[in-house]
Amino acid sequence: MKVSSLRLALPTAILAIVFAATGRADDTRTADFSRQGLQAKIEYCTTCHGILGQGYHGFYPIPRLAGQQTEYIENQLQAFIEHRRENRYMYSVAHVLSPTMRTALAKHFSKLNPRPLGGAPKGLMAAGKKIYEDGIPETNVPACMACHGAEAKGQEAIPRLAGQLNDYIVNKLANWNKERGQIPSRPDISAIMLPTSHNLTKAQVAAVAAYVGRLQ
Amino acid sequence: MMKFVISKAAVLALIVSAVPALAGNMEPASVRNCTWCHGASAQGYAPAPRLAGQRPRYTESQILSFRKHTRDNPFSKQFMWGAVANLSPSTAHYLAVYFSKQLPKAANDGDQGLATAGKTLFEDGDPASNTVSCAVCHGPNAQGIGEIPRLGGLSYYYLKRKLTQWGEGYHSAAKAPMPRIASKLSSNEIEALASYLSFVK
Repeated sequence: MKVSSLRLALPTAILAIVFAATGRADDTRTADFSRQGLQAKIEYCTTCHGILGQGYHGFYPIPRLAGQQTEYIENQLQAFIEHRRENRYMYSVAHVLSPTMRTALAKHFSKLNPRPLGGAPKGLMAAGKKIYEDGIPETNVPACMACHGAEAKGQEAIPRLAGQLNDYIVNKLANWNKERGQIPSRPDISAIMLPTSHNLTKAQVAAVAAYVGRLQ
Repeated sequence: MMKFVISKAAVLALIVSAVPALAGNMEPASVRNCTWCHGASAQGYAPAPRLAGQRPRYTESQILSFRKHTRDNPFSKQFMWGAVANLSPSTAHYLAVYFSKQLPKAANDGDQGLATAGKTLFEDGDPASNTVSCAVCHGPNAQGIGEIPRLGGLSYYYLKRKLTQWGEGYHSAAKAPMPRIASKLSSNEIEALASYLSFVK
């Protein structure tokens, strides 16, 4: 009993500190942008990522940001700026954003919850669900669920996959070693996915992408 | 005189009887109705843009857009609303696919001096003024995809007119993001983009 209440007490205390800290940040106006400045930047993001952050099929699949983990978005913006994650378009977007703006944008998109954009083939759902929940032990593919969660909502630095554009996921997994962790001397959390991106076949990637793409 | 009439009628009869059979290797009447204005090889002419090499799903969507009067700029009203009024969906589809297979040539009619600035804006946008990269949707070589049009090599005058008209409140398609994007572009940025794109092969 004591142990369990302690277990609860610690995260609660941390949460309290976090909230207190953000509250203070807002009160003392440490933000280096105006309300209109943030609004204009949100509109800029949604021009490509969709009005509600649901993603868009441009020449490239443009990922869903809605409901994404705040920490994941912030990490990725940082990775674009440092060229740990290689993407010339997102470098251009991210390198002018201050850290407080990045946090504000991440928070904005994390709270949106539009329906998935759709378009993933239905026929692959069962195969995708199996891989997502059980992994493929014979080829050292762990269950995606273990880190991304049973509902694929992600947690902290681990991204939400639910409702993500399936062709975006296919594209990312196919190019993982060319886009992520591009500064070998400074490895980041993206290294976790590297072996899995090698061990999955194209058909398996398509199945998992179709499955998570349809999750609400 | 009589002879002339007879021979004319004979030629007509020949043409009419031959049309269905010719669909594969000669231009049917529906194509001719487009090329009067869009140019014999569909490379564009005066106010009418190049159709050659355009993404078929885009061309088809625009025909539909003219038909529904969604695409509503002055030239569309004046010429295209009437031109597509009697096109069946299958003819619209046929024309879109037909023109997509014609080899496009670059118009090369922009200001060469603005091409570099236009290329930078096309590829990277301008994050300081919240202008998005064009390449993310239109492709790194402005080749287009699906319903998103190929822009590379279109005429400077056509591109400039379109980019300007979105800012004036005209439309092309119901839910397209372009009015929102183009209305924020300055006239200098439009000049640069239209110039650069006119040279893209």
